[in-house]
Amino acid sequence: MPEYRWPEMSKRKVMGKRLNRLDGVEKASGRAKYSSDLNKPGMLHGATLVCPYAHARVKSIDTSAAEKHPGVTGVHVVSPAGTEIQWAHWEVAFVAAETELAARDALKKIKVEYEVLPHVVHEKDLNKVQSRAKAAGEQIEGDPDQALKEAAVVSEGFYGIPVLEHSCLEPHGNVVSWTPDNKVELNPTTQAVTSIRGDMARAVNVPVANVHVHQDHIGGGFGSKFQPDRWGVAAAHLSKAAGGRPVKIFLDRQIEQVIAGCRPSAFARIKLAANKEGKITLWESQSWATGGFTGGGSPPIPYVYTRIPNQRKNHSAVSTNTAPIRAWRAPNHPQASYLTCAAMDDLAAKMKMDPLELFLKNVDLTARADTYERQLKKAAEMAEWKKLWHPRGDSGRGPLKRGLGIGVCTWGGAGHDSTARCNIHPDGTVEVELGSQDLGTGTRTVIAQVAAESLGLRVNDIRVKIGDTNYPPSGTSGGSTTVGGVSSSTRKATLNALEKLFEEVAPALGAPATELEAVDGKIQVKGNPAKSLDWKAACAKLGVKTISETGQNIPRDAPKEGLNTGGVGGVQIADVTVDVETGIVKMNRIVAVQDCGTVINPKTAESQIYGAIIMSICGALMEERVLDAVTGRMLNNEMEFYKLAGIKDVGEILVHLEIDEINDKRGVIGLGEPPAIGGIAAIANAVANAIGVRVPIVPMTPMNVLNTLSGRMS
Amino acid sequence: MQPFEYASPKTLKEALALLGGGWSDAAVLAGGTDLISLMKDEVMSPKRVVNIKEIAELKGISKTAAGIRIGALATVDEVLSNPLIRASFPALTEAARGVASPQIRNMGTFGGDLCQRPRCWYFRAGFGLIPRHEGKDLVAEGDNRYHAIFGNGPARFVSASSFGPALVALGAKIKLASPSGTREVDAEKFFLAPSSSDVREVDLKPNEILTEVIVPATAAKNATYEVRQKDALDWPLATASVALTMKGSTVASARVVLGHVAPTPWVSAEAAKAIEGKAVTAETAEAAGKAAVAAARPLSMNAYKVQIAAAAVKRALMAAAGVKA
Amino acid sequence: MAPALLEQPAQAQTPAGVLGPGAVPVTLTINGKPMKVSVEPRETLLDVLRNKLDLTGAKRVCDRGTCGACSVLVNGKVMYACTILAIDAQGKQITTVEGFALSGGRPHPVVQAFVNHDAQQCGYCTPGFVVAAKAFLDSNPNPTYEQVKDGLGGNLCRCGTYIGIRQAVLEAAKTMKGGSNA
Repeated sequence: MPEYRWPEMSKRKVMGKRLNRLDGVEKASGRAKYSSDLNKPGMLHGATLVCPYAHARVKSIDTSAAEKHPGVTGVHVVSPAGTEIQWAHWEVAFVAAETELAARDALKKIKVEYEVLPHVVHEKDLNKVQSRAKAAGEQIEGDPDQALKEAAVVSEGFYGIPVLEHSCLEPHGNVVSWTPDNKVELNPTTQAVTSIRGDMARAVNVPVANVHVHQDHIGGGFGSKFQPDRWGVAAAHLSKAAGGRPVKIFLDRQIEQVIAGCRPSAFARIKLAANKEGKITLWESQSWATGGFTGGGSPPIPYVYTRIPNQRKNHSAVSTNTAPIRAWRAPNHPQASYLTCAAMDDLAAKMKMDPLELFLKNVDLTARADTYERQLKKAAEMAEWKKLWHPRGDSGRGPLKRGLGIGVCTWGGAGHDSTARCNIHPDGTVEVELGSQDLGTGTRTVIAQVAAESLGLRVNDIRVKIGDTNYPPSGTSGGSTTVGGVSSSTRKATLNALEKLFEEVAPALGAPATELEAVDGKIQVKGNPAKSLDWKAACAKLGVKTISETGQNIPRDAPKEGLNTGGVGGVQIADVTVDVETGIVKMNRIVAVQDCGTVINPKTAESQIYGAIIMSICGALMEERVLDAVTGRMLNNEMEFYKLAGIKDVGEILVHLEIDEINDKRGVIGLGEPPAIGGIAAIANAVANAIGVRVPIVPMTPMNVLNTLSGRMS
Repeated sequence: MQPFEYASPKTLKEALALLGGGWSDAAVLAGGTDLISLMKDEVMSPKRVVNIKEIAELKGISKTAAGIRIGALATVDEVLSNPLIRASFPALTEAARGVASPQIRNMGTFGGDLCQRPRCWYFRAGFGLIPRHEGKDLVAEGDNRYHAIFGNGPARFVSASSFGPALVALGAKIKLASPSGTREVDAEKFFLAPSSSDVREVDLKPNEILTEVIVPATAAKNATYEVRQKDALDWPLATASVALTMKGSTVASARVVLGHVAPTPWVSAEAAKAIEGKAVTAETAEAAGKAAVAAARPLSMNAYKVQIAAAAVKRALMAAAGVKA
Repeated sequence: MAPALLEQPAQAQTPAGVLGPGAVPVTLTINGKPMKVSVEPRETLLDVLRNKLDLTGAKRVCDRGTCGACSVLVNGKVMYACTILAIDAQGKQITTVEGFALSGGRPHPVVQAFVNHDAQQCGYCTPGFVVAAKAFLDSNPNPTYEQVKDGLGGNLCRCGTYIGIRQAVLEAAKTMKGGSNA
């Protein structure tokens, strides 16, 4: 069995290089075909009818006029009479027709009678939604009462962060055909090429072997795209009804923004106590969150500083008549980071202490004291903390106030279960095949870099084939598990294949297979370039055979193999300027110091961090689901008042990725999520530092900032 | 979107003949940046769309005896880059700069800016200009963070026009054509606060087309200041346009007009009175800003807009007078 | 009575020059080529490009003129294809990302700069940004960093690729000049 460990850092030729992503030109030139771009022969178009009420019962539904509409091939009802609808924009029926226009026109001919029922959509005031709140039960550690008595300082605060919408630019949807031979062809937009196959098979009750999934690209997922969903299943049924013609259903933006993914809110009243040196002794929290009608959403607090000796925690899940949450890039962590870091920052302010000092003084309450201490110091240096920080509110005259703030993160990121297949053909062609997907993280590119490294080739010599269930199963892209999983399985598959190639080539080189190596496009006797065959010549020795070897990353075994692992910390410091006359917060800069393992491509890894921080800026300053109390509907289910930052709104971003020999020995660790956690906390604390008071509710819009400054925030 | 007929006449006369007596008969299409979204949302479903972009006489920006004529079809970008406008009416140039994005500035027209419908989210969701649902006043009882702080209702939306406040401050005249002739309306009177959802928010009849705007020549120093959270692709929370006739270093007379705070551009006589007879300084401008909002009546969620409107007035006055903050 | 009878058919008749509401044949000039297609007046240029001409580089994201993913050039100016009626695009030069991004397999300098600076992740907004960047550079060949941020304000990205985009546009400005001087 080959030695799978990564080559030493100094000896790597392809891994660790800042290479351009392999599908970059294809995407930037508009040539890349996402599933939403497909125009298949005979394809029908679908449209989605949703319920306008937040809580209602379907009394009757009449689709006859819609079915007769010219061009319509079928109507598929998913909420028949009797269905109790629990949130607005709940799917009621789908129509398939020859054209999109015909499908949309037909939709208007479906007659639905509803019995409208009372709804609750807002959870900010826990007292008003007690009937909808489910308490998790008190959790106690140590002796919180005694700790409170002994405390030198007690700081109390209220903090809240609303529900955000994933807002994937490619809406949810798919092209599906279910042909008369009982085969299902699925072109989804998914983070789970391999597993969506089985989910679809179960949903439409066909054997898994009859389902084939293919997806070249996905236009954003962020945790919201794993399942076939109602529209996928409906498209399958509508296809079957149309004799197997492909049916394309992608959600309209107005529906996408409501039901296709949101993350839970988090609100908390937090009490922190410390001794006079600033060592935290007590955490008390009453927290609540809504995860939609089905509940869910519980921030892991206290966050990172988990080892506060005395704790009393109560959490309630509030069921509202809103669409269910889906996983979101580091589920619950940004909320937890915000609640914890804001409370710590307020404690520091109450003690008239530099928060950097407080965060440092308490690093022994974290699981990675050394890491956080190092990162806090590095981030402070990069952010010019000594020069720019000032005591809270001491921001000088004039309407523009500058401030700095800290946020921290932690995440796992170990590789998922993944199998790769490496094919080496007699003409020298190398294919690496995985039932994986590239979310934009650069998965294709890191697979090629790993394969090229193993085989002594260049990335362009590797044909990476992903996004298809004809390839070996690979895990879902969630939890930052992809790069660890696919790099490890690719490493093993390519080395296994290379071992076979060595066996074929050994006689020609007059050396045992175990004495061969693959270097710079050649197979040679170890350390002896004179005895070598170039790659093509070596592969020609295969005759008519193709080597086809697999390799699997099994999470249970990964730690001892050393190819991937999990567990990182990170620190971010935000630098903002607040205009106290208009309430507008402008980003000057964010610095991110991010722990990592083996980094296969620093360029795409840094892109993950830039993107994660920009997502945090959106969440800190502008994003918010706005719901109407009277109608129960979302009011900003579009992209104009559901605000996302533009190119000029994000300031400068400085990234320090801790690539070094020591970290490298840990193996690959996923990086998509950890940098998406601490930004909101950092920005919130920077705003407090700038204006002298805590804006308790995120996002820090002009409304929330000015309401806070004027004492209107109740 | 509902089906509709389409016509693209070459002359104003032909275009006017294609309009009807009711709003549902026909809609005028220029840049389309508002109309097409309204039709997609089926807030408007005209039977006919009359594209006026091919009508040469509605285009262009030119100097006239009376001042500057801005054709209805001048794009926002043309207004932004026009040197005549920049020299005399920086209030308009700045208003143009604040319009959404390069794409919208290339597409959107001057006339379209004035005739666009409100962005009120209840209106856009189909509940009407004065939105009610099951007997409830949706704006009063709902989320009114972006709604009016002036005007006393029942209309609570804010005028979306970017150029409106500047035109009102500059005393512009808006010219309208109908099959029976033309008329001219003061910019200030063009914008209306309707008392029911059936009434339009501008003084425009279904069979009329806004043809051009005349901005009278003036020596008044003028400026616009917009407060937007995002740099681009965002609607202002409040704006102020001011025109100051100076006598030496003091303001002899002032026009102060707020935007995005009422169903119409909101003329503040109080702010004008506060600054008249004084030199513009940070202090006098701030006092004028406070005076501008003294009579504001915010709704349940938008008291913050009162502060922003005051800041906008202060900053517009300082910009017009060239006073550094 | 008689005049009314005479007028009635005239009223029912569609006035000259009025088309639709059913499908009408139109010719669109796209990437320099005339394309004949049958459209209803209510169809947007974006939907016609994507559904009828298989030009899918422009994406349908917000569909309300807010996000820029559908950006195309109309007579050289960048516009939102989701907010243009296809019938209204007749007689104009429409350039989509497919029209310039690759020529003879070689990436346009803007495309190459986006790749060099990793100015994309999921890539769904990227063709729109590339179109907007080209239009911006065509009229601002020597932009400053601040001008780049102003010039690209009409497009949104959810993955957060703005840092790379800023650098890409600056680089493209240099390479495009190099190319034209060479």
